[in-house]
Amino acid sequence: MSRNKCGNRKKATSGTIIIFILCLIVAYIMIIPFFWMVSASFKAKTEIFTKPIQWIPKVFRRVNYETVFNEIPFPVYFLNTAKVTICVTVLQLITCSMAAFAFAKLNFPGRDKIFLGYLATMMVPWHAIMIPQFMVIQKFGLYDNHLSLILTGAFSAFGVFIMRQNMLSIPDSLNEAAKIDGCGPFGIYTKIALPLSKTGLATLTALTFTNVWNDYMGPMIYLDTDTKKTIQLGLATFKREFDTNYGAIMAGTVISLIPVVIVYALAQKYIVEGVAFTGVKG
Amino acid sequence: MRQKEKKLKVKKKRSSKLDRREWLAGYLFLLPNLIGFFVFTAIPVIMGFIVSLTDYSGFGKLNFIGFQNYIKMFSDSSFLIALKNNLFYTFTSVPLTILFSLMLALMLNKKLYFGNGFKTIYFFPNLTSMVAVGCVWLQLFETKNGPVNQLLASFGVENPPKWFWGTSTAMLSIVIVVVWKQAGYYMVMFLGGLKNIPFHLYESAKIDGATPLKAFRYITWPMLSPTTFMVTILTFIASFQVFDIINVTTEGGPGRATNVLVMRVYQEAFRYGRMGYASAIGYFLFLIVFILTLIQWRAQKRWVNDDM
Repeated sequence: MSRNKCGNRKKATSGTIIIFILCLIVAYIMIIPFFWMVSASFKAKTEIFTKPIQWIPKVFRRVNYETVFNEIPFPVYFLNTAKVTICVTVLQLITCSMAAFAFAKLNFPGRDKIFLGYLATMMVPWHAIMIPQFMVIQKFGLYDNHLSLILTGAFSAFGVFIMRQNMLSIPDSLNEAAKIDGCGPFGIYTKIALPLSKTGLATLTALTFTNVWNDYMGPMIYLDTDTKKTIQLGLATFKREFDTNYGAIMAGTVISLIPVVIVYALAQKYIVEGVAFTGVKG
Repeated sequence: MRQKEKKLKVKKKRSSKLDRREWLAGYLFLLPNLIGFFVFTAIPVIMGFIVSLTDYSGFGKLNFIGFQNYIKMFSDSSFLIALKNNLFYTFTSVPLTILFSLMLALMLNKKLYFGNGFKTIYFFPNLTSMVAVGCVWLQLFETKNGPVNQLLASFGVENPPKWFWGTSTAMLSIVIVVVWKQAGYYMVMFLGGLKNIPFHLYESAKIDGATPLKAFRYITWPMLSPTTFMVTILTFIASFQVFDIINVTTEGGPGRATNVLVMRVYQEAFRYGRMGYASAIGYFLFLIVFILTLIQWRAQKRWVNDDM
């Protein structure tokens, strides 16, 4: 954040007070939906749409969480999503950092042309190619299999791009020195490139994790069996089937958000940093 | 002399051997990602176009029908309505997002008590899933006793809007939710742009007696234009891919009021099994995004001296 370089005026002017109040109002608008969500998840059905609204429940009831855990396979959804998310994230870290290393630190014919191809496909919206991609998955016999989500998510041009930018900032003199010491490309990759691009790895981890965790349309297309569904798909189906069980829907929503909140708390800096890259992502 | 030449030759030979080892390493490092990229992105890009020239239904052989799918599109009322809805969504959500996120960035660009805390809070909705956000806003916008309409009632509004359930307000409700969710994201981009404006410009403007409004008009706005342009293109592109939030809240309804392009692709392909036609719509979408990206790249080359 940019701070005024002249910090000599410490007195709060009336202008800054107005801005501060505006900030508070916006913060309120940003937070209140989440407040509603948590609050409603602890209420009985009749206590939710009261007049006036009881923002803090009189009694905290567990009934909605019991519904979510016992009547629909929410824990299964949760585990499925965790499995897919972790697999995609790990695979992306490996494949993207390796490709990025090749693009940033190794010389071979056709390198820049291939990279241009990567850049060009970053602008292909997934929605435009989801049908042919679905056909490929079908050909492999992976429909209704978690592998469909894992494989289609494991290779990202965007991830390669982030990692490449990071590795370009590693000075070449380090590589040269390692080469003279008899270090091969693999050694340079594991001993120099990876340890020195921790920021990129952290950014990619955080972004991929939240993206895959929040994915809805991918699972919707690729999964069919109820016990294979991911949490977003499960939540959406539950919402459709029990339209008026407001409290339970909110309980499910709360649970689905917990991992993302944890990631945000741990890696806020890296996630915000990732925004800068998206500017070029297009 | 001759010896030296010989030495050089030997050196060259050895280095080319080393080179070749590096080439091999390069390809090997690239391979895992390249295979995946090829199978799941490059091939589908080509396949999508081929399928769009057929009447493929998910089974059987590809039966080529030329550009009929593309011609059919422009006489198909469902598609045209979806396109119209999508354009409405684009031309409301893009300016509102820019306005709102720029406002937030300007507010937080000052030295402010709890400034970083505000930034953290504003960015948060962006990380949550559209499904979760949709579920919550469906309740907030509840027509009878939902909190939003209770608030409106307390201000004396007699006929509160029906939000997601009203033909004329459904798309607007979607826009509100999306702007609420993504404003923090573009705010971070704008903050980056604001940070790059040299401070001395404001100082000299102040000496010249410029009001804050004038400083904004003649310094901030022009200096920020590359960022504004980039945000415009990004939100434009994203607006043609809207789907999740609509599928969770209105499912394209009421009637066809919130049916959009991606929803058309999805429904044609997976509900009616018209894979060929759906691919054509998908390619149409691709074309829009392609043109927008080209414009962005062109302008970026002219405006921004990125170190890419």
